[in-house]
Amino acid sequence: MTETLTLAKIKQAFGASLIEAHSQLGHDTVVISKSAILDVARMLKTDPELQYNYLMDLTAVDYWKRNPRFEVVYHLYSLANNQRLRVKAPLGGNEPEIDSLTSLWAGANWFEREVYDMFGIRFKGHPDLRRILLYPEFEGHPLRKDYPITKRQPLIGPKV
Amino acid sequence: MEIVSGGSTTMGFFTTRLDKMIGWARKYSIFQYPFITACCGMEYMATACSHYDIDRFGAGLPRFSPRQADVLFVVGTISQKLAPVLVTIYEQMCAPKWVVAFGVCTCTGGFYNDYASVPGIDTIIPVDVYIPGCPPRPETVLHGLMMLQEKIQNQKQEL
Repeated sequence: MTETLTLAKIKQAFGASLIEAHSQLGHDTVVISKSAILDVARMLKTDPELQYNYLMDLTAVDYWKRNPRFEVVYHLYSLANNQRLRVKAPLGGNEPEIDSLTSLWAGANWFEREVYDMFGIRFKGHPDLRRILLYPEFEGHPLRKDYPITKRQPLIGPKV
Repeated sequence: MEIVSGGSTTMGFFTTRLDKMIGWARKYSIFQYPFITACCGMEYMATACSHYDIDRFGAGLPRFSPRQADVLFVVGTISQKLAPVLVTIYEQMCAPKWVVAFGVCTCTGGFYNDYASVPGIDTIIPVDVYIPGCPPRPETVLHGLMMLQEKIQNQKQEL
């Protein structure tokens, strides 16, 4: 399979940070190290030939017992070229942290809050990193694979 | 209640206990507050409409303020985040008051055995009648309502 323009550009500019890249059925996927995420995203957004100007989704996966354990997944879309790109960044440790993309896409704000809420992944540079779906008294991060399924949360009383 | 006729008077008369009479009045004037959060609401509406006609039981007038209601119908899954609202609504109701847990989610949490749902509303407020089912058929709801009426009739009436 011939290498797509997107993959070639990422390889050229961020070869050292690129962990893996593949292209299947017209969809490109790149796995990059977390330290480069902000620069890669900025390049993808501003490059005149790529123009991945739309952050469609931002989520995370907990590959429990794998090291590195977490992976943050970004889905980008180029409105100009009708092209999609999946960017993944593996994160290790129990207190994983990655750069926030809110400086590039304002819409990343709530996505990152949800990922923080569910997985406990912190986003460096996020303007307002609070829980978004659950309540502040909630203990733990429920989409982590080691979250006990029968865990009872403290009941929150009426606000007086 | 007994009807006594004859004796020295020409007209019949009733003898009863005050408790029973108040219970009789209360069980046929159930003003419900429907606290509807999920799919069970459809079945509640089916019960409340003309085909099943909940008005036969004197429960035909839902109130949309808890301060005017006697019976709290908790219909649908209650999430942990909503729990304080339900408690507030319950506390706003004037005594005497009763609570009906409508559907399996309100009874036990049902299949939502997860981080977000309350495992049965009896963990946060007292419940008088449990109507299981996912969702319960209107017949089940009416049976539950009749059980509630029985309970209202037979309890000590607080004035």
